[in-house]
Amino acid sequence: MKIAIINYGAGNIQSIKFALQRHGYEGVLTSDADEIRAADRVIFPGVGEASSAMRKLKATGLDKIIPELTQPVLGICLGMQLMCKHSEEGDTTGLGIFDVDVKKFTGNVKVPQIGWNHIYNLKSSLFEGIREQEYIYLVHSFFAPACEEAIATTEYGVEYASALKKDNFYGVQFHPEKSSNAGEQILENFLALQPPKEEWNLNTQY
Amino acid sequence: MLTKRIIPCLDIKNGRTVKGVNFLELRDAGDPVELAKIYSDSGADELVFLDITATEQKRKTLADLVLRVAAAVNIPFTVGGGISSVEDVDVLLQNGADKVSINSSAVKNPQLINDLVAKFGSQCITVAIDAKEVNGEWIVHLVGGKVPTNLNLFDWAKEVEERGAGEILFTSMNHDGTKSGFANEALAKLSSERSIPIIASGGAGTIQHFCDTFIEGKSDAALAASVFHFKEIEIKDLKMEMRAQDIEVRL
Repeated sequence: MKIAIINYGAGNIQSIKFALQRHGYEGVLTSDADEIRAADRVIFPGVGEASSAMRKLKATGLDKIIPELTQPVLGICLGMQLMCKHSEEGDTTGLGIFDVDVKKFTGNVKVPQIGWNHIYNLKSSLFEGIREQEYIYLVHSFFAPACEEAIATTEYGVEYASALKKDNFYGVQFHPEKSSNAGEQILENFLALQPPKEEWNLNTQY
Repeated sequence: MLTKRIIPCLDIKNGRTVKGVNFLELRDAGDPVELAKIYSDSGADELVFLDITATEQKRKTLADLVLRVAAAVNIPFTVGGGISSVEDVDVLLQNGADKVSINSSAVKNPQLINDLVAKFGSQCITVAIDAKEVNGEWIVHLVGGKVPTNLNLFDWAKEVEERGAGEILFTSMNHDGTKSGFANEALAKLSSERSIPIIASGGAGTIQHFCDTFIEGKSDAALAASVFHFKEIEIKDLKMEMRAQDIEVRL
Protein backbone atom coordinates (compact mmCIF):
# COMPACT_ATOMS: atom_id res chain seq x y z
CA MET A 1 0.00 0.00 0.00
CA LYS A 2 1.34 3.44 -0.92
CA ILE A 3 0.80 6.01 1.78
CA ALA A 4 1.60 9.65 1.07
CA ILE A 5 2.17 11.99 4.01
CA ILE A 6 1.79 15.51 2.69
CA ASN A 7 4.93 17.46 3.51
CA TYR A 8 4.43 21.20 3.36
CA GLY A 9 6.80 22.22 6.13
CA ALA A 10 4.22 22.21 8.91
CA GLY A 11 5.53 20.67 12.11
CA ASN A 12 6.07 17.20 13.43
CA ILE A 13 5.36 14.70 10.66
CA GLN A 14 8.11 12.29 11.65
CA SER A 15 5.83 10.85 14.35
CA ILE A 16 3.20 9.81 11.82
CA LYS A 17 5.81 8.08 9.70
CA PHE A 18 7.04 6.24 12.78
CA ALA A 19 3.52 5.26 13.89
CA LEU A 20 2.96 3.71 10.46
CA GLN A 21 6.31 1.93 10.65
CA ARG A 22 5.39 0.35 13.99
CA HIS A 23 2.51 -1.29 12.10
CA GLY A 24 4.63 -2.41 9.18
CA TYR A 25 3.69 0.39 6.76
CA GLU A 26 6.01 2.82 5.07
CA GLY A 27 4.75 6.35 4.55
CA VAL A 28 6.37 8.68 2.04
CA LEU A 29 6.81 12.33 2.97
CA THR A 30 6.04 14.22 -0.20
CA SER A 31 4.80 17.46 -1.68
CA ASP A 32 4.76 16.05 -5.21
CA ALA A 33 1.29 16.28 -6.78
CA ASP A 34 1.63 13.12 -8.89
CA GLU A 35 2.95 11.08 -6.00
CA ILE A 36 0.08 12.26 -3.79
CA ARG A 37 -2.55 11.52 -6.46
CA ALA A 38 -1.12 8.05 -7.06
CA ALA A 39 -1.07 7.03 -3.38
CA ASP A 40 -3.63 4.59 -1.94
CA ARG A 41 -3.97 6.66 1.20
CA VAL A 42 -3.12 10.29 1.89
CA ILE A 43 -2.37 11.71 5.32
CA PHE A 44 -2.56 15.48 5.68
CA PRO A 45 -0.85 16.42 8.96
CA GLY A 46 0.01 19.78 10.42
CA VAL A 47 0.73 21.66 13.58
CA GLY A 48 1.28 25.38 13.80
CA GLU A 49 -0.59 28.45 12.68
CA ALA A 50 -3.42 28.24 10.11
CA SER A 51 -2.77 31.24 7.85
CA SER A 52 0.94 30.52 7.39
CA ALA A 53 0.22 26.82 6.78
CA MET A 54 -2.39 27.79 4.17
CA ARG A 55 0.15 30.08 2.48
CA LYS A 56 2.56 27.15 2.24
CA LEU A 57 -0.16 24.97 0.69
CA LYS A 58 -0.95 27.64 -1.88
CA ALA A 59 2.71 28.20 -2.71
CA THR A 60 2.99 24.56 -3.77
CA GLY A 61 -0.45 24.34 -5.41
CA LEU A 62 -1.50 21.67 -2.91
CA ASP A 63 -4.61 23.71 -2.03
CA LYS A 64 -6.03 22.75 -5.44
CA ILE A 65 -4.88 19.13 -5.39
CA ILE A 66 -6.11 18.01 -1.96
CA PRO A 67 -9.86 18.72 -2.46
CA GLU A 68 -9.82 16.72 -5.70
CA LEU A 69 -8.32 13.55 -4.26
CA THR A 70 -10.51 10.45 -4.51
CA GLN A 71 -8.70 7.98 -2.26
CA PRO A 72 -9.20 8.05 1.55
CA VAL A 73 -7.60 11.20 2.96
CA LEU A 74 -6.98 11.78 6.68
CA GLY A 75 -6.39 15.30 7.98
CA ILE A 76 -4.80 15.46 11.42
CA CYS A 77 -5.04 18.42 13.84
CA LEU A 78 -4.30 21.58 11.81
CA GLY A 79 -4.68 19.42 8.69
CA MET A 80 -8.30 18.77 9.67
CA GLN A 81 -8.89 22.45 10.43
CA LEU A 82 -7.51 23.50 7.04
CA MET A 83 -9.99 21.11 5.37
CA CYS A 84 -12.85 23.21 6.83
CA LYS A 85 -14.42 26.28 5.20
CA HIS A 86 -12.75 28.93 7.31
CA SER A 87 -10.66 29.35 10.47
CA GLU A 88 -10.75 32.20 12.96
CA GLU A 89 -7.00 31.71 13.31
CA GLY A 90 -5.47 34.40 11.11
CA ASP A 91 -8.91 34.81 9.40
CA THR A 92 -7.96 31.96 7.06
CA THR A 93 -10.02 30.63 4.16
CA GLY A 94 -9.73 26.85 4.21
CA LEU A 95 -10.03 24.14 1.57
CA GLY A 96 -13.81 23.98 2.06
CA ILE A 97 -14.08 20.19 2.16
CA PHE A 98 -15.96 20.16 5.46
CA ASP A 99 -18.90 22.53 5.74
CA VAL A 100 -17.93 24.10 9.07
CA ASP A 101 -16.06 27.17 10.37
CA VAL A 102 -13.24 26.70 12.89
CA LYS A 103 -13.51 28.85 16.06
CA LYS A 104 -11.28 29.68 19.01
CA PHE A 105 -12.01 28.22 22.46
CA THR A 106 -13.44 30.86 24.76
CA GLY A 107 -14.87 30.92 28.26
CA ASN A 108 -13.62 29.27 31.38
CA VAL A 109 -11.08 26.82 29.92
CA LYS A 110 -7.30 26.87 29.57
CA VAL A 111 -6.17 27.51 26.00
CA PRO A 112 -4.53 25.62 24.34
CA GLN A 113 -6.24 22.43 25.39
CA ILE A 114 -3.29 20.13 26.01
CA GLY A 115 -3.72 16.52 27.05
CA TRP A 116 -5.99 13.50 27.00
CA ASN A 117 -9.75 13.86 26.61
CA HIS A 118 -12.62 11.57 25.56
CA ILE A 119 -14.16 10.91 22.15
CA TYR A 120 -17.82 9.81 21.99
CA ASN A 121 -20.79 9.59 19.59
CA LEU A 122 -18.45 7.64 17.33
CA LYS A 123 -20.05 7.24 13.92
CA SER A 124 -17.62 5.80 11.38
CA SER A 125 -15.69 2.64 10.56
CA LEU A 126 -12.65 4.82 11.33
CA PHE A 127 -13.53 4.00 14.96
CA GLU A 128 -14.00 0.24 14.50
CA GLY A 129 -13.01 -1.46 17.77
CA ILE A 130 -12.71 1.87 19.62
CA ARG A 131 -14.91 2.16 22.71
CA GLU A 132 -17.14 5.17 23.37
CA GLN A 133 -15.33 7.57 25.73
CA GLU A 134 -11.89 6.34 24.63
CA TYR A 135 -9.01 8.68 25.55
CA ILE A 136 -7.11 10.49 22.82
CA TYR A 137 -4.37 13.15 22.89
CA LEU A 138 -5.11 16.71 21.75
CA VAL A 139 -3.18 19.97 21.54
CA HIS A 140 -5.19 22.84 20.09
CA SER A 141 -6.63 26.31 20.61
CA PHE A 142 -9.17 26.25 17.76
CA PHE A 143 -11.96 23.73 17.15
CA ALA A 144 -14.64 22.68 14.67
CA PRO A 145 -18.10 23.19 16.24
CA ALA A 146 -20.61 20.32 16.38
CA CYS A 147 -22.03 19.80 12.88
CA GLU A 148 -23.63 17.34 10.45
CA GLU A 149 -20.28 15.95 9.35
CA ALA A 150 -19.07 15.16 12.90
CA ILE A 151 -18.16 11.50 13.43
CA ALA A 152 -16.76 12.00 16.96
CA THR A 153 -17.50 14.50 19.71
CA THR A 154 -15.35 15.85 22.56
CA GLU A 155 -16.23 18.21 25.39
CA TYR A 156 -14.01 21.12 26.44
CA GLY A 157 -16.18 23.91 27.76
CA VAL A 158 -18.28 23.19 24.68
CA GLU A 159 -19.18 19.99 22.81
CA TYR A 160 -17.33 20.09 19.50
CA ALA A 161 -16.50 17.88 16.52
CA SER A 162 -13.26 16.02 17.25
CA ALA A 163 -13.54 14.10 13.97
CA LEU A 164 -15.24 14.88 10.65
CA LYS A 165 -16.07 12.89 7.53
CA LYS A 166 -17.28 13.76 4.08
CA ASP A 167 -17.15 11.18 1.29
CA ASN A 168 -13.51 9.97 1.13
CA PHE A 169 -12.28 12.77 3.41
CA TYR A 170 -11.69 12.20 7.13
CA GLY A 171 -10.37 14.65 9.68
CA VAL A 172 -9.37 14.16 13.31
CA GLN A 173 -8.57 16.97 15.72
CA PHE A 174 -6.59 14.64 17.99
CA HIS A 175 -3.20 13.07 17.24
CA PRO A 176 -3.72 9.35 16.54
CA GLU A 177 0.07 8.95 16.29
CA LYS A 178 0.37 10.18 19.90
CA SER A 179 -2.78 8.60 21.33
CA SER A 180 -1.22 5.35 22.51
CA ASN A 181 -2.78 2.06 21.35
CA ALA A 182 -6.21 3.55 20.62
CA GLY A 183 -4.63 6.08 18.26
CA GLU A 184 -2.69 3.41 16.43
CA GLN A 185 -5.91 1.38 16.06
CA ILE A 186 -7.57 4.41 14.44
CA LEU A 187 -4.63 4.76 12.02
CA GLU A 188 -4.93 1.04 11.21
CA ASN A 189 -8.66 1.50 10.59
CA PHE A 190 -7.93 4.36 8.23
CA LEU A 191 -5.56 2.16 6.24
CA ALA A 192 -8.17 -0.62 6.15
CA LEU A 193 -10.99 1.60 4.80
CA GLN A 194 -12.49 0.29 1.59
CA PRO A 195 -12.65 3.14 -0.92
CA PRO A 196 -15.96 2.99 -2.83
CA LYS A 197 -14.10 3.54 -6.08
CA GLU A 198 -16.06 1.15 -8.30
CA GLU A 199 -19.33 2.76 -7.32
CA TRP A 200 -17.98 6.15 -8.37
CA ASN A 201 -16.72 4.86 -11.68
CA LEU A 202 -20.16 3.42 -12.31
CA ASN A 203 -21.77 6.74 -11.54
CA THR A 204 -19.53 8.62 -13.91
CA GLN A 205 -20.41 6.28 -16.77
CA TYR A 206 -24.01 7.45 -16.73
CA MET B 1 -13.44 16.14 30.45
CA LEU B 2 -9.78 16.86 29.91
CA THR B 3 -7.74 14.64 32.23
CA LYS B 4 -4.90 15.61 34.56
CA ARG B 5 -1.55 14.47 33.22
CA ILE B 6 1.16 12.41 34.95
CA ILE B 7 4.59 13.12 33.49
CA PRO B 8 7.77 11.20 34.37
CA CYS B 9 10.91 13.26 33.75
CA LEU B 10 14.12 11.64 32.48
CA ASP B 11 17.43 13.44 32.97
CA ILE B 12 19.74 12.80 30.03
CA LYS B 13 23.49 13.18 29.68
CA ASN B 14 25.33 12.19 26.50
CA GLY B 15 22.25 10.31 25.33
CA ARG B 16 21.91 8.25 28.54
CA THR B 17 19.70 8.55 31.60
CA VAL B 18 21.52 10.15 34.51
CA LYS B 19 19.73 9.53 37.77
CA GLY B 20 19.75 5.93 38.84
CA VAL B 21 16.71 3.93 37.96
CA ASN B 22 15.39 0.83 39.64
CA PHE B 23 13.79 -1.17 36.88
CA LEU B 24 14.61 -4.86 36.93
CA GLU B 25 13.03 -5.31 33.51
CA LEU B 26 15.49 -2.91 31.88
CA ARG B 27 18.14 -4.68 29.86
CA ASP B 28 20.12 -1.47 29.61
CA ALA B 29 19.53 0.68 32.68
CA GLY B 30 20.88 3.78 31.01
CA ASP B 31 18.86 3.58 27.80
CA PRO B 32 16.29 6.40 27.77
CA VAL B 33 14.33 4.78 24.94
CA GLU B 34 13.74 1.55 26.83
CA LEU B 35 12.73 3.46 29.95
CA ALA B 36 10.43 5.71 27.92
CA LYS B 37 8.66 2.68 26.49
CA ILE B 38 8.14 1.19 29.94
CA TYR B 39 6.62 4.45 31.16
CA SER B 40 4.34 4.79 28.17
CA ASP B 41 3.17 1.18 28.60
CA SER B 42 2.54 1.74 32.31
CA GLY B 43 0.17 4.66 31.73
CA ALA B 44 2.30 7.81 31.71
CA ASP B 45 0.45 10.54 29.82
CA GLU B 46 3.51 12.32 28.55
CA LEU B 47 7.29 12.28 29.01
CA VAL B 48 9.86 15.00 29.53
CA PHE B 49 13.51 14.56 28.59
CA LEU B 50 15.79 17.06 30.26
CA ASP B 51 19.22 17.12 28.65
CA ILE B 52 22.08 18.23 30.88
CA THR B 53 24.90 17.46 28.45
CA ALA B 54 27.38 20.31 28.21
CA THR B 55 29.66 19.08 25.45
CA GLU B 56 30.12 20.19 21.86
CA GLN B 57 28.37 17.07 20.57
CA LYS B 58 25.30 17.90 22.58
CA ARG B 59 23.07 18.87 19.69
CA LYS B 60 23.69 15.84 17.58
CA THR B 61 23.45 13.35 20.44
CA LEU B 62 20.17 14.87 21.56
CA ALA B 63 18.71 14.94 18.05
CA ASP B 64 19.61 11.27 17.62
CA LEU B 65 17.96 10.39 20.91
CA VAL B 66 14.81 12.30 20.01
CA LEU B 67 14.58 10.40 16.75
CA ARG B 68 14.91 7.06 18.54
CA VAL B 69 12.28 8.02 21.14
CA ALA B 70 9.86 9.18 18.45
CA ALA B 71 10.28 5.87 16.66
CA ALA B 72 9.53 3.82 19.76
CA VAL B 73 6.95 5.71 21.80
CA ASN B 74 3.29 6.47 20.99
CA ILE B 75 2.64 9.17 23.58
CA PRO B 76 3.76 12.81 23.41
CA PHE B 77 7.12 13.95 24.75
CA THR B 78 8.85 17.23 25.50
CA VAL B 79 12.57 17.94 25.22
CA GLY B 80 14.37 20.58 27.27
CA GLY B 81 17.80 21.58 28.47
CA GLY B 82 20.06 24.21 26.95
CA ILE B 83 17.78 25.05 24.03
CA SER B 84 18.54 28.60 23.00
CA SER B 85 17.67 29.21 19.35
CA VAL B 86 15.08 28.74 16.64
CA GLU B 87 17.49 26.35 14.90
CA ASP B 88 17.81 24.17 18.03
CA VAL B 89 14.04 23.83 18.21
CA ASP B 90 13.67 23.19 14.49
CA VAL B 91 16.04 20.21 14.65
CA LEU B 92 14.26 18.69 17.68
CA LEU B 93 10.77 19.06 16.22
CA GLN B 94 11.94 17.72 12.85
CA ASN B 95 13.26 14.67 14.64
CA GLY B 96 9.89 13.99 16.25
CA ALA B 97 9.70 15.90 19.55
CA ASP B 98 6.17 17.12 20.23
CA LYS B 99 7.14 20.05 22.42
CA VAL B 100 10.29 21.77 23.59
CA SER B 101 10.82 23.54 26.87
CA ILE B 102 13.03 26.56 27.27
CA ASN B 103 14.17 28.07 30.55
CA SER B 104 17.28 30.28 31.00
CA SER B 105 17.37 31.25 27.34
CA ALA B 106 13.86 32.73 27.66
CA VAL B 107 14.88 34.79 30.71
CA LYS B 108 18.00 36.07 28.94
CA ASN B 109 16.15 36.74 25.70
CA PRO B 110 12.36 36.87 26.15
CA GLN B 111 11.91 37.65 22.44
CA LEU B 112 12.93 34.01 21.80
CA ILE B 113 9.46 32.95 23.03
CA ASN B 114 7.77 35.16 20.42
CA ASP B 115 10.12 33.95 17.69
CA LEU B 116 9.50 30.28 18.49
CA VAL B 117 5.74 30.74 18.74
CA ALA B 118 5.65 32.58 15.41
CA LYS B 119 7.59 29.83 13.70
CA PHE B 120 6.25 26.66 15.36
CA GLY B 121 3.01 27.65 17.15
CA SER B 122 2.16 28.02 20.86
CA GLN B 123 1.20 24.38 21.23
CA CYS B 124 4.80 23.13 21.15
CA ILE B 125 6.48 25.82 23.26
CA THR B 126 6.67 25.17 27.01
CA VAL B 127 8.45 27.68 29.22
CA ALA B 128 10.04 26.11 32.30
CA ILE B 129 10.38 28.40 35.32
CA ASP B 130 12.51 27.55 38.37
CA ALA B 131 11.61 29.75 41.33
CA LYS B 132 12.47 29.99 44.99
CA GLU B 133 10.44 31.63 47.76
CA VAL B 134 12.72 34.14 49.48
CA ASN B 135 11.29 36.28 52.31
CA GLY B 136 7.77 35.63 51.10
CA GLU B 137 8.47 36.48 47.47
CA TRP B 138 8.79 33.96 44.65
CA ILE B 139 11.97 34.83 42.70
CA VAL B 140 12.85 33.24 39.36
CA HIS B 141 16.24 31.47 39.44
CA LEU B 142 18.58 30.21 36.74
CA VAL B 143 21.10 27.37 36.49
CA GLY B 144 19.01 24.87 38.40
CA GLY B 145 18.09 27.35 41.11
CA LYS B 146 21.59 28.60 41.81
CA VAL B 147 21.43 32.06 40.30
CA PRO B 148 18.67 34.48 41.31
CA THR B 149 17.20 36.93 38.81
CA ASN B 150 15.25 40.08 39.52
CA LEU B 151 12.08 38.51 38.12
CA ASN B 152 9.03 37.72 40.19
CA LEU B 153 7.49 34.32 39.36
CA PHE B 154 3.96 35.62 38.78
CA ASP B 155 5.09 38.62 36.68
CA TRP B 156 7.34 36.43 34.57
CA ALA B 157 4.57 33.85 34.08
CA LYS B 158 2.27 36.62 32.86
CA GLU B 159 4.88 37.84 30.39
CA VAL B 160 5.56 34.30 29.20
CA GLU B 161 1.85 33.79 28.47
CA GLU B 162 1.57 37.18 26.73
CA ARG B 163 4.51 36.28 24.52
CA GLY B 164 2.60 33.21 23.38
CA ALA B 165 3.94 30.20 25.31
CA GLY B 166 1.54 27.25 25.28
CA GLU B 167 2.30 25.95 28.75
CA ILE B 168 4.30 26.66 31.90
CA LEU B 169 6.37 24.09 33.78
CA PHE B 170 6.89 25.52 37.27
CA THR B 171 9.52 23.95 39.55
CA SER B 172 9.67 25.12 43.14
CA MET B 173 13.30 25.09 44.29
CA ASN B 174 12.05 25.08 47.88
CA HIS B 175 10.24 21.80 47.31
CA ASP B 176 12.44 20.06 44.71
CA GLY B 177 14.08 16.96 46.18
CA THR B 178 12.28 17.25 49.53
CA LYS B 179 9.51 14.72 48.81
CA SER B 180 7.25 16.83 51.01
CA GLY B 181 4.63 17.76 48.41
CA PHE B 182 4.30 20.34 45.62
CA ALA B 183 4.20 24.14 46.10
CA ASN B 184 0.41 24.12 45.97
CA GLU B 185 -0.24 27.64 47.21
CA ALA B 186 1.96 29.21 44.52
CA LEU B 187 0.66 26.75 41.92
CA ALA B 188 -2.98 27.62 42.68
CA LYS B 189 -2.23 31.32 42.35
CA LEU B 190 -0.35 30.73 39.10
CA SER B 191 -3.10 28.53 37.69
CA SER B 192 -5.91 30.97 38.53
CA GLU B 193 -4.01 33.99 37.17
CA ARG B 194 -2.97 32.33 33.93
CA SER B 195 -5.10 30.85 31.15
CA ILE B 196 -2.51 28.40 29.81
CA PRO B 197 -1.90 24.96 31.40
CA ILE B 198 0.45 24.73 34.40
CA ILE B 199 2.66 21.70 35.08
CA ALA B 200 3.65 21.25 38.73
CA SER B 201 7.19 20.09 39.46
CA GLY B 202 9.28 19.60 42.59
CA GLY B 203 8.32 17.85 45.81
CA ALA B 204 6.51 14.66 44.81
CA GLY B 205 6.94 12.02 47.51
CA THR B 206 3.60 10.24 47.89
CA ILE B 207 0.48 9.51 45.85
CA GLN B 208 -1.44 11.98 48.00
CA HIS B 209 1.00 14.74 47.00
CA PHE B 210 -0.12 14.32 43.38
CA CYS B 211 -3.81 14.37 44.35
CA ASP B 212 -3.19 17.48 46.46
CA THR B 213 -1.52 19.37 43.62
CA PHE B 214 -4.44 18.68 41.31
CA ILE B 215 -7.09 19.62 43.92
CA GLU B 216 -5.42 22.33 46.03
CA GLY B 217 -2.75 23.43 43.55
CA LYS B 218 -5.20 23.45 40.59
CA SER B 219 -2.35 22.05 38.46
CA ASP B 220 -3.10 20.70 35.00
CA ALA B 221 -0.27 18.18 35.08
CA ALA B 222 2.34 16.93 37.54
CA LEU B 223 5.93 16.02 36.80
CA ALA B 224 8.25 13.86 38.87
CA ALA B 225 11.43 11.85 38.45
CA SER B 226 12.81 9.78 41.30
CA VAL B 227 9.52 8.52 42.78
CA PHE B 228 8.87 6.88 39.42
CA HIS B 229 12.45 5.84 38.63
CA PHE B 230 12.82 4.08 41.99
CA LYS B 231 9.32 2.64 41.81
CA GLU B 232 8.29 4.29 45.02
CA ILE B 233 5.09 5.10 43.16
CA GLU B 234 3.57 3.00 40.36
CA ILE B 235 1.72 5.14 37.84
CA LYS B 236 -1.21 2.72 37.81
CA ASP B 237 -1.65 2.90 41.61
CA LEU B 238 -1.39 6.67 41.46
CA LYS B 239 -4.05 6.92 38.78
CA MET B 240 -6.40 4.53 40.62
CA GLU B 241 -6.17 6.74 43.70
CA MET B 242 -6.72 9.88 41.61
CA ARG B 243 -9.89 8.36 40.22
CA ALA B 244 -11.00 7.37 43.74
CA GLN B 245 -10.64 11.04 44.68
CA ASP B 246 -12.73 12.14 41.66
CA ILE B 247 -9.79 13.61 39.73
CA GLU B 248 -10.21 13.21 35.96
CA VAL B 249 -7.55 10.76 34.83
CA ARG B 250 -6.79 8.49 31.87
CA LEU B 251 -6.97 4.88 33.03
